[in-house]
Amino acid sequence: MVASSSSLKLQDLIQEIREAKTQAQEREVIQKECAHIRASFRDGDPLHRHRQLAKLLYVHLLGYPAHFGQMECLKLIASPRFTDKRVGYLGAMLLLDERQDAHLLITNSIKTDLSQGIQAVQGLALCTLSATGSAEMCRDLATEVEKLLLQPSAYVRKKAVLTAVHMIRKVPELSDIFLPPCAQLLHEHHHGILLGTITLITELCERSPAALKHFRKMVPQLVHILRTLVTTGYSKEHSISGVSDPFLQVQILRLLRILGRNHEESSETMNDLLAQVATNTDTSRNAGNAVLFETVLTIMDIRSAAGLRVLAVNILGRFLLNTDRNIRYVALTSLLRLVQSDHSAVQRHRPTVVECLREPDGSLSRRALELSLALVNSSNVQAMIQELQGFLESCPPDLQADCASGILLAAERFAPTKRWHIDTTLRVLTTAGTHVRDDAVASLTQLIGGAQELHAYSVRRLYSALAEDLSQQPLVQAATWCIGEYGDLLLEGSCEETEPLQVEEEEVLALLERVLQSHMSLPATRGYALTALVKLSTRLRGDNKSCLDVELQQRAVEYNTLFQKYDHVRAAILEKIPLVERGGSQVDEEAKESKETAQLSEAAPVPTEPQASKLLDLLDLLDGPSGDAQHPRPLDPTPGSALIHLLNLPCAPPPPAPIPNLKVFEREGLQLDLSFVRPPGTPTLLLITVTATNTSGGDVTHFICQAAVPKSFQLQLQAPSGDTVPAQGGLPMTQLLRILNPKKAPLRLKLRLTYNHFGQSVQEIFEVNNLPVEAWQ
Amino acid sequence: MIKFFLMVNKQGQTRLSKYYEHVEINKRTLLETEVIKSCLSRSNEQCSFIEYKDFKLIYRQYAALFIVVGVNDTENEMAIYEFIHNFVEVLDDYFSRVVNNV
Repeated sequence: MVASSSSLKLQDLIQEIREAKTQAQEREVIQKECAHIRASFRDGDPLHRHRQLAKLLYVHLLGYPAHFGQMECLKLIASPRFTDKRVGYLGAMLLLDERQDAHLLITNSIKTDLSQGIQAVQGLALCTLSATGSAEMCRDLATEVEKLLLQPSAYVRKKAVLTAVHMIRKVPELSDIFLPPCAQLLHEHHHGILLGTITLITELCERSPAALKHFRKMVPQLVHILRTLVTTGYSKEHSISGVSDPFLQVQILRLLRILGRNHEESSETMNDLLAQVATNTDTSRNAGNAVLFETVLTIMDIRSAAGLRVLAVNILGRFLLNTDRNIRYVALTSLLRLVQSDHSAVQRHRPTVVECLREPDGSLSRRALELSLALVNSSNVQAMIQELQGFLESCPPDLQADCASGILLAAERFAPTKRWHIDTTLRVLTTAGTHVRDDAVASLTQLIGGAQELHAYSVRRLYSALAEDLSQQPLVQAATWCIGEYGDLLLEGSCEETEPLQVEEEEVLALLERVLQSHMSLPATRGYALTALVKLSTRLRGDNKSCLDVELQQRAVEYNTLFQKYDHVRAAILEKIPLVERGGSQVDEEAKESKETAQLSEAAPVPTEPQASKLLDLLDLLDGPSGDAQHPRPLDPTPGSALIHLLNLPCAPPPPAPIPNLKVFEREGLQLDLSFVRPPGTPTLLLITVTATNTSGGDVTHFICQAAVPKSFQLQLQAPSGDTVPAQGGLPMTQLLRILNPKKAPLRLKLRLTYNHFGQSVQEIFEVNNLPVEAWQ
Repeated sequence: MIKFFLMVNKQGQTRLSKYYEHVEINKRTLLETEVIKSCLSRSNEQCSFIEYKDFKLIYRQYAALFIVVGVNDTENEMAIYEFIHNFVEVLDDYFSRVVNNV
């Protein structure tokens, strides 16, 4: 039984495997055969070893493990018979690689085989060496291979060149050995050897600047070879669809590119040739286009003449109009590379690029998108954004994020008017709102905040958009913020730039309520909505005040109960203080707001916030869920102040011990105080509020406060409430510092103040001493 | 530089695989399934070049057989496309009957 299957020929095995109908059956056949092969290897039958290994290699090709054949390869290589050597070397190439220990053992066999004179055997050895030679093997055998480079037999020379390429890749230091023969090898007529030589020279030049210099001298010779290739007529041996050996042409062009890069002289020598190749190549078939593409790449990379570069861009433009999608893809990729250096030339092809946006093919439309975004400039921005927005509506979801951010970025850089910018952002948010980056909302709010004349317009647009669709979170957030800020403008009813929209207070409140209760709203969105409600309570006129407040109270209580049910959500919400870099409103989310609104209804109406300071500073002090048991303290109505510090409110047990305030600086009436808060939910977070008060007779202007902490801390400075501290106890300026202290290291803080006071500019740098221990423990 | 060369049939079975950089055998099967999935899902209308991780895949379909070559960034895609066809023609000339017969 063993004998019959050990003599199973390879062809028979293949037949058997083919006959298996399913994958499972195939696996069965193969496993059975592998067992036989293993047994045969153990018995050590020299006659059939090559056949067994051949079968094993076939099985390996199909993807099954074959590592137990490795030692057999060695034995076969060492055998004197050619049939054995042949399979042995093949096995070595497939099964042995650098990671196997058996690998090094073939070095000696290869050495012997290289030096004995039979071409076929030398060829085998060279092949194996070039496929799997490790660094040590290459070093040992380099001189042998070099000798073979100049052998009379073309077959051996070709294989030797390929081996040399591999050796250079593995051990770049061997370039000294292989550099001298190259000059002679360039005179070869045999295209195979020539191709190998060009590759060898390319590798040498890429790895060694000395080689690069050396081979620059050969540029004329390379030019000559390429010219002969291009201009000779049809040669049966080398023609592929009418082009004479396109592979060799491409390789020579690539080498010329490397040699001509950053080198005026070589580039000049190549100019004529490149123009000739570009114009003479037949582009009706893919082979010609491949050569043309390589030519374009070379022209782009070397120091070519201006006319030549224009020719290159035009060729790419022609590619773009080609019906073959491969060519269009390649053209779009290259144009993307060119757009930085030859911007105006590429601009000429903008309409075609925009056409490609409409392609159904994913790779093409992605490239077209990148290129279109790169082509946007101030003159074509409106038309381009129009196209891109059309694309955004119909493109696949994975491209939507990129497209949306691209449009927003381009709009930011090139917006002709603020109103256009707002319109564009709004359109992007409505179309692809869920895919925009997180800071889109922040930038939109900042943009609207800065464009005073457009407040009415933007709030109206956002209101209508919100009324239609509550699902796009960034849009909802931006809209609620806007309604909160400019709700009074919304209710006024008239605005030149949109149709008159009569909006009642109840509608606004109803809309905000819908946002609050919609389960599509993220916690952050609910935060925005609640803040908007709070702000509205201070702005909306008169009579409805009481019912407004009652509504707010009701909302807030409902919200509180919601929180009680979802306590895990609360921690996440309470931590979240979105970073505002350019000034905008801080949104802080907490159950304490219920107390807040209750206070508002009792205390005197807090005047409308001044436009300049939109900070609603709500530092969170966490209590138990039974927030309503608190006695709210009446607010201090500091003149004109909308800043509410909840720091000194009494806390329900178990309270975190309030950390005492610290006065850190005093000079000529300007005083700086620090107050500390450690939110219990986040033990590593410390919030410091810097308050600057001015009791002197002169204003303090251009006040800037900067802070520095040791390296293990993370510091975030949020925008100050303003840069002027008015005289005579006027509105204090506050700034919030967030410090993360993951290692609970002792806190050290250095402050730097710069300001103008009494006509003098003052700069103060000092370290804050006596920081309370509770600030970091 | 060519990183790997695959011949896979329409059912997703690998008929030939040659890797020019060492890849673990289990990673190979993973790579092959993913590559095949992306090639099979393309229609005739789309171009033959796909971007996959840090390779570029260039594939050509011959009846029920896909030939996929994975290259890195420095290669000329159209030259590789031509090369695949050259390879098939050589096989055809040498063996006089190239067919995927499963």
